[in-house]
Amino acid sequence: MLTDSERREIEATLHHYPHRRSAAAGAMRTVQRHRGWLSDEALADIAGFLGVSVEELDSRATFANMLFRRPVGRHVILICDSDCCYVMAYEQMRDHIAARLGIGLGETTPDGRFTFLPIVCLAQCDHAPAMQIDDDFHGDLTPERIDQILASYD
Amino acid sequence: MTDRHTTGVSPDERPLTAAFRADGRPANIADYEAAGGYEALRTALRELAPAEVTKLVSDSGLRGRGGAGFSTGGKWSHVPVGDMAPAIKYVVCNGDEMEPGSFKDRHLIEGNPHLLIEGMALACYAIQARTGYIFLRAQYDKPYALLTQAIAEAKAKGYLGEHILGSGFSLEIYLHVSIGRYMCGEASAMLNALQSDRPNPRWRPPHMASAGLWSRPTVVNNVESLCCVPPIVRLGPERWKSLGLTDEGGTRMYGVSGRVNRTGAWELPVGTPMREVIEQHAGGMRDGFALRAVLPGGASTPFVPAEAIDVIMDFDHMKEAGYSLGTGTALLVDDSVCPIGLVRNLVRFFAQESCGWCTPCWGGLPWAADVLNDIEEGRGRLSDLDLLEEQCWFMGEDMCFCDLAPSATKPLGAALKLFRDDFERHIREERCSYGPVGQPAGQRSLRGPGPDGGH
Amino acid sequence: MACLTRPREGNRVAISDEEAVRFRATVIELLMISHPHDCPVCDEGGECHLQDMTVMTGHVYRRYPYRKRTFENHDLGPFVTHEMNRCIQCYRCLRFYVDYAGGHDFDAFGLRNEVYFGRLRDGALDSEFSGNLVEVCPVGVFDDKTLAAHYTRKWDLQTAPAVCAFCGRGCNTIAGERYGELRRVLNRFNGEVNGYFLCDRGRYAYESVNGAERVRKPIVGLSGLSASELVRGLGARLESALGERRVAVGARPRVARPRPVGIGSPRASLEANFALKRLVGAERFFLGLADGEQTLVERAAELLREGPSPAPTLHDIEAADLVLVLGEDLTNTAPMLDFSVRRWARLRPTVAEERLGIARWNDAGVGAVKKEEPSALWLATTHAGKLDEIAAETFHAAPDDLARFALALAAALDSKGGSRTAGEPPQKSRSAKARSAKRSAADGPSASLTADGPASDGDARLERFAAALRAARRPVVISGVSCGSLALLEAAAALARALPGPPPAAAAPLALVVPEVNSMGLVLLGGGRLSEAFRLAAEGDVEVALVIENDLYRRAPAAQVEAFLKASRTAIVIDHVKTATMAAAAAVLPAASWAEATGTFVSHEGRAQRSFQVMVPPRPVQPTWRWLSALASAARLPAGQNWLRLDDVLAELARERPDLAPAALVAPNADARVADMKIPRQASRYSGRTAMHADVSVFEPTPPDDHDAPLSFSMEGYRDEPPAPLVTRFHAPRWNSVQALNKFQQEVGGPLRGGDPGVRLIEPPAVPTSIPAAAQSSTAVTPSPPRPAAAPSSRPAPPPAFRPALDRLLAVPLHHIYGSEELSMLSPPVAGRAPAAYVALNALDAERLGAREGRPLKVTLDELHLSLPVRIVASLPEGVAGLPVGLPGQPFVALPAELEIEHEDGHA
Ligand SMILES: Cc1cc2nc3c(=O)[nH]c(=O)nc-3n(C[C@H](O)[C@H](O)[C@H](O)COP(=O)(O)O)c2cc1C
Ligand code: SF4
Ligand code: FES
Repeated sequence: MLTDSERREIEATLHHYPHRRSAAAGAMRTVQRHRGWLSDEALADIAGFLGVSVEELDSRATFANMLFRRPVGRHVILICDSDCCYVMAYEQMRDHIAARLGIGLGETTPDGRFTFLPIVCLAQCDHAPAMQIDDDFHGDLTPERIDQILASYD
Repeated sequence: MTDRHTTGVSPDERPLTAAFRADGRPANIADYEAAGGYEALRTALRELAPAEVTKLVSDSGLRGRGGAGFSTGGKWSHVPVGDMAPAIKYVVCNGDEMEPGSFKDRHLIEGNPHLLIEGMALACYAIQARTGYIFLRAQYDKPYALLTQAIAEAKAKGYLGEHILGSGFSLEIYLHVSIGRYMCGEASAMLNALQSDRPNPRWRPPHMASAGLWSRPTVVNNVESLCCVPPIVRLGPERWKSLGLTDEGGTRMYGVSGRVNRTGAWELPVGTPMREVIEQHAGGMRDGFALRAVLPGGASTPFVPAEAIDVIMDFDHMKEAGYSLGTGTALLVDDSVCPIGLVRNLVRFFAQESCGWCTPCWGGLPWAADVLNDIEEGRGRLSDLDLLEEQCWFMGEDMCFCDLAPSATKPLGAALKLFRDDFERHIREERCSYGPVGQPAGQRSLRGPGPDGGH
Repeated sequence: MACLTRPREGNRVAISDEEAVRFRATVIELLMISHPHDCPVCDEGGECHLQDMTVMTGHVYRRYPYRKRTFENHDLGPFVTHEMNRCIQCYRCLRFYVDYAGGHDFDAFGLRNEVYFGRLRDGALDSEFSGNLVEVCPVGVFDDKTLAAHYTRKWDLQTAPAVCAFCGRGCNTIAGERYGELRRVLNRFNGEVNGYFLCDRGRYAYESVNGAERVRKPIVGLSGLSASELVRGLGARLESALGERRVAVGARPRVARPRPVGIGSPRASLEANFALKRLVGAERFFLGLADGEQTLVERAAELLREGPSPAPTLHDIEAADLVLVLGEDLTNTAPMLDFSVRRWARLRPTVAEERLGIARWNDAGVGAVKKEEPSALWLATTHAGKLDEIAAETFHAAPDDLARFALALAAALDSKGGSRTAGEPPQKSRSAKARSAKRSAADGPSASLTADGPASDGDARLERFAAALRAARRPVVISGVSCGSLALLEAAAALARALPGPPPAAAAPLALVVPEVNSMGLVLLGGGRLSEAFRLAAEGDVEVALVIENDLYRRAPAAQVEAFLKASRTAIVIDHVKTATMAAAAAVLPAASWAEATGTFVSHEGRAQRSFQVMVPPRPVQPTWRWLSALASAARLPAGQNWLRLDDVLAELARERPDLAPAALVAPNADARVADMKIPRQASRYSGRTAMHADVSVFEPTPPDDHDAPLSFSMEGYRDEPPAPLVTRFHAPRWNSVQALNKFQQEVGGPLRGGDPGVRLIEPPAVPTSIPAAAQSSTAVTPSPPRPAAAPSSRPAPPPAFRPALDRLLAVPLHHIYGSEELSMLSPPVAGRAPAAYVALNALDAERLGAREGRPLKVTLDELHLSLPVRIVASLPEGVAGLPVGLPGQPFVALPAELEIEHEDGHA
């Protein structure tokens, strides 16, 4: 069952689209914002509410790179691995984060604090190398800056 | 280090960025109005028929800033207007901006969200659409918030909503946030994404101008393209054109990233030479680094060698010289960067983002990425270079369903020529001889630190 | 490349251009990158499109040295296998399953070179058309699970063109046999009937031919008789029964001596039924249908014959601009009609795509445009079905109310200037009814339906349906006998008559669904009612009862059947499956099943089609008509003695019944040869012929002769393309996959070369009409032709409106694609998908009666006391209950019928 606030937020977008099912992408984002990730149950809740199949939702979810079908940590680190960041040595930053947190890309720290994922160009190329943690951008990364930044997330 | 605005410049000279605030905060509606904001909309609704707005845009010679450079006015003019035209039409703003290297749309929205709103309103008026969508990439929380605020402000002032400025024209603009994928930036896939369908590209015809979003006539334009519309209407096509240095006319956002003294995006006359952008605006390369090549307009454009940076940056001059302008946001590749590693990174990106629809793309790109990886890691063979050439052929233009794979072949094909020596050396020496990227010349030997010291 | 280039008039396409050849080869190389090299163990091997293309493009050397991507698979239920590692990401499955078949539990997951096609998790595919994935998938991702269970190489199948035996639609199939067992059924393209597709009942019911329920030996009360002894004995019995009669002819009428009766069957061929009718005489031949059903099917045949509405072909449906379904749950009563309607709904021609410059072949483009257009499917049925979700509007009501609704629509169509002489909107509530009565009285005959006051829901609905029908230029009406209402049948015909038809038809095409493969053939042949046969027996007038391919317990109440079998001293049953009827038979003769006999079947649209014997059954199994012929010889009857071959029966049929004569011509006769050769049932690649019986004898047996068809049971024969009705397989040099079908068509998607097989036995008389030239074009976009002047006075009177009663419900039949048909339920995969018996109630009624989902409810109907678990079906109208039809073991009830609820205290 969708929670009241999830339902309200989804309902607020229904009138943007001529068909109820077209609100699906937004609905998945909404529910993920509330629950952190999209479980099978979450998809079933959305599917029931919008009158679409879970297959249809999962098809879109597994296409997307910003919908999580597995549990993630409290904070999600997305490190840009595209060309500008490549030129600006993102690989060193990636290795630094991995060493600091003791996890590789695609993994979550055992304490559930961070999930570490790669992402394509964040359109922060003027601040490459760049990363995003939750909703915040962090650019012009250096190992020292990374240490500070990580420390600011509990 | 970053240069993001050209404040204090007259709106008649730098119309895209004139309303940007000196304090770096986004312009609000008052800021924008002070710089001539919403005048164009007022004029259009009072004095111009929809087709006249389209004509102004056509006459201005505006070419799409999303990369392909289609005539914006031409695109609009294919949409049926008038009494016999379908009642429901849409304008969709492409704010997906996932092209690696491109960050200009974000600058525009974060500097002045109202410019886009006014541009949308004019586009909608021109094709008589009552609904517009701004499709934003998943990461654009800030642009989302700014646009939400701007829409509310514009509504309060009667620039949006029912009977805009007392006219018979009504318009709602909705924001749609992507669930994330480079492919969603391709115009037809974007429409599918907006419908919550699978974001595969669509076969044309039907052309979007006749059956696009939910099979209604639709125009898709890049953020910057739409931002150019208010100044075109306000200044008139002739004055707009006169802002440029070449026939193409107008201004556009030029951006630079890489190891330069000042990264950023600047509004400059169309036709500014690349050298000027790099040396004057970006302040040249950082000490200890030499320029090797430029990826002039995103990951989908062929490399421009350092020797050729006198090229003039507009669509036609670039094309004539065998390059392409793309988004106009350049990545400068310095001499610490192994070009094979870079191309591997680019091709991997495309392989990863392929939607999985057409075979040359989903089959060819990962293969090319694997071959490049082999070469970079010292397992390459000379025949691999022929194989990569062949892959550029079968993933080239007219071989694929959309432009994603052909885009990948552009930097790859250019690299095979431009960096031939590097490819051959990698293969011959069975290793990469570059050190870690970003090592200044003084600390690096071309022979490099050997097989373990690389990246 | 041409595949990415918009075709234009005047384009020249070079497929042998060097670059094109190289590009094709490259695409195949890419497709093979992750494809397993498991052809030797792959079910698809030997009829794989990818295999064909790999060989044809010459891809032999693997240049790709990296890892293949791999997937996990799902259990997709009893019909279809899943092996995703073979997938080449062509999206055909998705386009078929979701876009065409309307399935929801299937999609494409992920992206790049890792797209996964299937369900979210294990589970049987929900679509009734899932089996088409087997043919649609060009590789072996989706294969036939039933074939896999007794696998044989495709080229080792002995195949013949058959007609699906499991409903009245008559879809064309290719059935394949190996080692005496039927191994699978594939679709056989027929552009007028089933096109490229088949339903899952049709595809998977074939196991009934192999099943444990088969009769393979004669069964006699006094055992120990050989088949020929038995026939001699039975013949003598027959002779004496008939002999008395012969003596009696011309003599003074005395008390009639008991005589034989013949009971035919809608699942037996036209030839079998005709043979029986000849044997026992026209007045002693009974169709073997339930009485009520016989009335309905006979009327359906009459309606088709009278016209002016012709039965629609698949093309007529596809060209429609509106489809109205009255009373049929097509998904379950005629699944391929459901499919045709879905496909039509997705691709129906309208002006939109022309205006947008979308070519008709651009299925995705047309489909996307149609999705945004209002639906043109209108449904009026007793309860919700799977088609409801794509309908413009649905109306659920009791059968009589549906009839009233249809008549009211007919009246509304000519209400402009015409009069409402018949029909009025059905009323659910008393007050609405009263209002309506008042209005009719006040406003006189020309009153508009929504003229006064706040219109009732019913009026508004009627007006919406009527408005859509009025605007339609090429409507098609689909109705049938499934809900058991003669009034509805009449009303549907009246409504079709009031609608315009595609020129030259003077009225809208009318498809009438009938239940079984030869229901229509049987009523065209004509015969008495089962109850009359029962009466004759009860009067002591039956000496021998010959029952062919029929379980009478499915046709009449058990007590009556029992009494009949007892009273008709010798009951002889000829059938291929064990039935309850056999229990009381004096003798049972093992008949050939549809796969073992050649015969003609007449589909619901009156189309006669020949189904060919696939395999030779073990002796003494033989076609029913041959048993009858043998009995005739033994009884020394003139009729039937000289029937040596099927053609003899057909010749006699043509002589006796000129109206049915075209049935003899639907396929070349047994003497026909192409280049002096028969058409082989076995592929040129057929293997092991000389070794097949090596465990018995190293001598190769002579291939059996086929006296009934121009097909041979061997590899020898004419190898090229045979005449369309004789296509035993779609195969062309280098094209081992079903893709070879293209080579058999005049153009892709067009009819088979020489025309799609089958001949209509019923065409309404051509009505001379004066249609303006503009209306004669066959496109859907021409201006409306003038409405035929249907005489409203000829309309049937509407039945009284249905009134829900407090203590009685009206039980209507509920059909199940898996469950309602007799033979298919003998196929384990199909039976596995069937529901258990239940009684369906609307939620309000359930609440009123204190009934709960899943809990047993005691009901009485037609003197039967049943205890059935309750199923809540929200869409059933108030006062209407539903009972599943035809489930094995459930007693026969003629539906609709009144159903009483037995309360706990025992009172009804
Ligand atoms: C794979 C792919 C990704 C694209 N991504 C973007 C994008 O992120 N933003 C954008 O404006 N255009 C993008 N485009 C170009 C659009 O298809 C389209 O041409 C553009 O939005 C049209 O706007 P314009 O005419 O104003 O340039 C992309 C194209 C392709 C093939
Ligand atoms: S039809 Fe078969 S090969 Fe094609 S995408 Fe579906 S599973 Fe893959
Ligand atoms: S490449 Fe990393 S932010 Fe653009």
